[in-house]
Amino acid sequence: MDNLNIGRHISGQFNEDLERIINHVMHMGGLVEKQLTDALTSVCDADEELAKKVLNNDYQINNAEVSIDDECTRIIAKRQPAAGDLRLVMAIVKTITDLERIGDEAGKIANVTLESLSGKHKDLLSNLDNLGRHVLEFLQVTLDAFTRMDFDAAVTAHKSDDRIDREYEALMRQLMTYMMEDPRSIPQVMSVIWSARALERIGDRCQNICEYIIYFVKGKVVRHTTPEDLESLS
Amino acid sequence: MISVTPKNLSEQNVKLDLNNLSPEQVALEIKNLDLYYGNKQALQNISMSIPKGQVTAFIGPSGCGKSTLLRCINRMNDLVDSCKIEGQINLHGENIYNKHTDVAALRRKVGMVFQRPNPFPKSIYENVVYGLRITGENNRRVLDEAVEKSLRSAALWNEVKDRLHESALGLSGGQQQRLVIARAIAIEPEVLLLDEPTSALDPISTLTIEELINDLKKQFTVVIVTHNMQQAARVSDQTAFMYMGDLIEYSDTNTLFTTPMKKKTEDYITGRYG
Repeated sequence: MDNLNIGRHISGQFNEDLERIINHVMHMGGLVEKQLTDALTSVCDADEELAKKVLNNDYQINNAEVSIDDECTRIIAKRQPAAGDLRLVMAIVKTITDLERIGDEAGKIANVTLESLSGKHKDLLSNLDNLGRHVLEFLQVTLDAFTRMDFDAAVTAHKSDDRIDREYEALMRQLMTYMMEDPRSIPQVMSVIWSARALERIGDRCQNICEYIIYFVKGKVVRHTTPEDLESLS
Repeated sequence: MISVTPKNLSEQNVKLDLNNLSPEQVALEIKNLDLYYGNKQALQNISMSIPKGQVTAFIGPSGCGKSTLLRCINRMNDLVDSCKIEGQINLHGENIYNKHTDVAALRRKVGMVFQRPNPFPKSIYENVVYGLRITGENNRRVLDEAVEKSLRSAALWNEVKDRLHESALGLSGGQQQRLVIARAIAIEPEVLLLDEPTSALDPISTLTIEELINDLKKQFTVVIVTHNMQQAARVSDQTAFMYMGDLIEYSDTNTLFTTPMKKKTEDYITGRYG
């Protein structure tokens, strides 16, 4: 929270407003992390109850997004934030959109649990488990960087997406081979592909959040830039 | 249908390199300006180039020297006995603090509008033509044309065209301020200095004046001092942040209000303890 430097406004009310939305974003981040953890657990343990719980809980994330969005709009209207405060509010508005979409992706993963996979296809899920663990770690590191608005942590985390993309491509090749060898398995393999795709998208969204952190701290837009551009900011 | 491509959007925000303006782009050049009131130094080594045909805002806390700097531009500080000025302010490459400068002629080129509207206790018409009459212009047709043109430029013509010969003191505060602006632009200055021109006005009159400032920059170089940071953000192309007599940061307004370089600027515009 130190980098946020929000407690020094002359207006105590403005300090409170900003602290409140940051706390709400952290709470929302916690909900999203829990949803993804539960979705992955439900897939690995074939726990349909847990999968249903994930699907039922998605509304909490949606509500959090709407409520934080509303608070940000109010702050812009009433406080006309500038400089770091403006960048913070903009970063939050964008972050919560990505968090909400991560919540949706977790729901897609939980849906796989509800589709009955035959025993011989269960080993497909172990590959998903591996990718899932890495994406979950990426999300945790990203949320941690957001909480501290830690530029270095965001830059390091940003690079994790390359590893996720490589793992996703390797998994895709494996699943393609599986389908070619046994066309009857296509419907089941497709379910796993959708989940893998959802995990890959979560990686992209975590990368987006890292970019918002960098924008807040450095005031530079690093979307659509090269890794070298990113390094040059350090 | 108009296609809005990122290219079109970025074209709207063409940034000037304020450190490397070509001579044609510069309206005023302030060089190493120091100002003392008695023993107290109120401005310290101010150097900046004010671009032509743009709005430049000075912001900063009370007592930071922004009004003092503005007043230097048309030598209003000459009226203060204890005031001593070192350095240069160049208009067309000529230092306005040269011994030979005709101050009255300078003030015809550099008009000024103050915080409180100060129309003369005369008719609206006589207020606008006051400067022209002083320069010896008495041709009725010329004066009539100047009145209409100035009042139109000041967005006041439609409201007063039927009562040009009534007292200016009967106008509302916002109208009086626009009349004062019309009076200032009637003599067609090159630079218009506005010292907190809306601080005594209601929000609607303020917006009218802000809209007017945006139109005025097509004809004049405008320099505005304002306490209202959002106003500086809305109306200006360049913003200079001053603090305790120093020019802390001077850059294009979009950059200064989103990613200021200096911590002092950030603290001031975000309302933090210094």
